[in-house]
Amino acid sequence: MLRSGVIAKKIGMTRLFMEDGKQIPVTVLQLDGLQVVAQRTLEKDGYTAVQLGAGTAKAKRVSQPMRGHFAAAKVEPKRKIAEFRVAPENLIAVGEEIAANHYFDGQFVDVSGTSIGKGFAGVMKRHNFGGLRASHGVSVSHRSHGSVGQCQDPGRIFKGKKMAGHMGSARVTTQNLQVVRTDIDRGLIMVKGAVPGSKGGWVTIKDAVKKPVPSNVVYPAALKSAMAAAPAAEAAEGGENNEG
Amino acid sequence: MDLIAQLEAEQVAALGKDIPDFKAGDTIRVGYKVTEGTRTRVQMYEGVCISRKNGSGIAGSFTVRKISFGEGVERVFPLHSTNIDSITVVRRGRVRRAKLYYLRSRRGKSARIAEVSNYKALGSAADA
Repeated sequence: MLRSGVIAKKIGMTRLFMEDGKQIPVTVLQLDGLQVVAQRTLEKDGYTAVQLGAGTAKAKRVSQPMRGHFAAAKVEPKRKIAEFRVAPENLIAVGEEIAANHYFDGQFVDVSGTSIGKGFAGVMKRHNFGGLRASHGVSVSHRSHGSVGQCQDPGRIFKGKKMAGHMGSARVTTQNLQVVRTDIDRGLIMVKGAVPGSKGGWVTIKDAVKKPVPSNVVYPAALKSAMAAAPAAEAAEGGENNEG
Repeated sequence: MDLIAQLEAEQVAALGKDIPDFKAGDTIRVGYKVTEGTRTRVQMYEGVCISRKNGSGIAGSFTVRKISFGEGVERVFPLHSTNIDSITVVRRGRVRRAKLYYLRSRRGKSARIAEVSNYKALGSAADA
């Protein structure tokens, strides 16, 4: 019963003091104008998925084909787009908005994002090597790796040998982060612990793959239209509350 | 104000802690909630505040040092911890540093701190 994930913006980290005296480090993630932009269906595409868009992009900075794509869905141009595989029964209509109560407090989620780039990094930083000694004849090469192989047999360096090179700016998934609190009005999801990427970066949140699916998750998604329909009192609430 | 600062300000307001104006050098008494099994009681911890860190926001903390049975003991408390029942200022000290880590290497007479004779209360938020 695969259901859609969400695209969120990483706002930053803070801490929460709980009633029992515990403090929890949390990362604040914001849903910013999250809408369904397109559907992928079994007949047309051979698989089922929803394409979500988040954020706001200036129309003049969006390419002509993408402008047509957003116009066909009748949604504002989005800054970030991502696809989520879903079960056929969990497809969401184009234009629907997803709210922060898509996840409940205590639920485990996986968060993926692009990690902070570290540039060309040495082996001590990149692979946690120990480096060489500070004294006893070591010169210039205190932070180097040591030997990288054997002798004439095998006479080559094995593939995948850990060496210096580019680090970071890669897609990283942090699994089994717990949702501590959600704020529907402002579209905030607070998860315990750190999340890949820098502040202002985009991440995707999905139900944890390594935990059983909780029985009280909302199918197909926590839609703002459904929320508006159920309690008429909250129908006036609609616009996103953005503080930048 | 960015969203994080706003969330932190909201949480400080929601916790509604009554934090007195104190700084390094002041002798303070902290009532700390201790849970033993199911029973919760308040334990008093009194000593000299030797450091305040990260301001008065949600991340703020302070260190209290006391000599317990001849042994120096230091405890770090989060300023807004829900485990803190009360903070009372016992004595205002006159010091010329923000961090009194030099007290760790002192004993007895040289570890004394003079009392402020003309203490004036600051505004509620502004303190050292």
